[in-house]
Amino acid sequence: MAHHDTTHAAGGAAHGSVKEYLVGLLLSIVLTAIPFGLVMSGTAGEAVTLTLILLCAVAQVLVQLVFFLHMNTSSEQMWNTMSGAFALVLVAILIVGSIWIMQHLNHNMLLGH
Amino acid sequence: MSTVLPAPEPGYTGYIQEDHHHDYAGDSVFGFWVYILSDCILFATLFAVYAVLQNNFAGATEAVELFELNYVLAETALLLASSFTFGMGMLAANNNSMKGLFGWLLVTFGLGAGFLVMEVNEFIHFTHEGAAAWDSGAWSAFYGLIGTHGLHVFAGMVWMLVLFVLLARDGLSAENRTRLTLLSLFWHFLDIIWICVFSFVYLMGVM
Repeated sequence: MAHHDTTHAAGGAAHGSVKEYLVGLLLSIVLTAIPFGLVMSGTAGEAVTLTLILLCAVAQVLVQLVFFLHMNTSSEQMWNTMSGAFALVLVAILIVGSIWIMQHLNHNMLLGH
Repeated sequence: MSTVLPAPEPGYTGYIQEDHHHDYAGDSVFGFWVYILSDCILFATLFAVYAVLQNNFAGATEAVELFELNYVLAETALLLASSFTFGMGMLAANNNSMKGLFGWLLVTFGLGAGFLVMEVNEFIHFTHEGAAAWDSGAWSAFYGLIGTHGLHVFAGMVWMLVLFVLLARDGLSAENRTRLTLLSLFWHFLDIIWICVFSFVYLMGVM
């Protein structure tokens, strides 16, 4: 079978390298250790801890998308990125919308307020 | 009288010529990517349900009393390591190293199995501690979300077993390479969902 060119596979999925996976693994370990360490030691305040958990989670998702799934902004991956952005909008509407509506419902259930 | 047409050029087949062969593997990868995004929406609904119900313990055991971060950290380590070893397997496949691919896939399978055993063990422990799926809305949402992720991991492992058989039969054929690429997308996706699980369910749950 003829070999594809080495940098890109079908559908714009790039192959990656050992170095890329290692960098992804190290960054993931750091971004996991920070929130676990913060919560387990309980050193930081609640607001700081919550913010850092959120930031580390978003950062680690991005790290894995780039270093493990090899997403980038090349034109080959345009459809992958566009459909991903669309799904992200749907996910945001679902989660934020649900929490928003249910909190209002809860609030309205409180008699005397 | 018939109209005489010019003779076709040599090699003319009547079909529109394409510069490249049709990229079926690319279609499969994109199609599978769209499936993964739809799976994201499934998980988003489960996360939304959990977010809404997470405090409705109805007098049953509460999450703060049961969540053990050391245990969750070990599960996280297993899944993250398996994501990395799958990547190494992909690189071995790119280098046409059947041995390397089998080795790394076996390690990945082992790590995935370890994760699943820990998760089931946790479910059994929680159920004995008065936090069964039927005890309260919060625990129903918990088992629904984590259980769905666990089922996906299980499906990925079954897929891996099937791929072992196919690889042993056909070697690194074009079809098997496509299957391997799709499974790697799936496996990395499960690790990404787990990041959200340990952040939003466990870490925020014990605060």
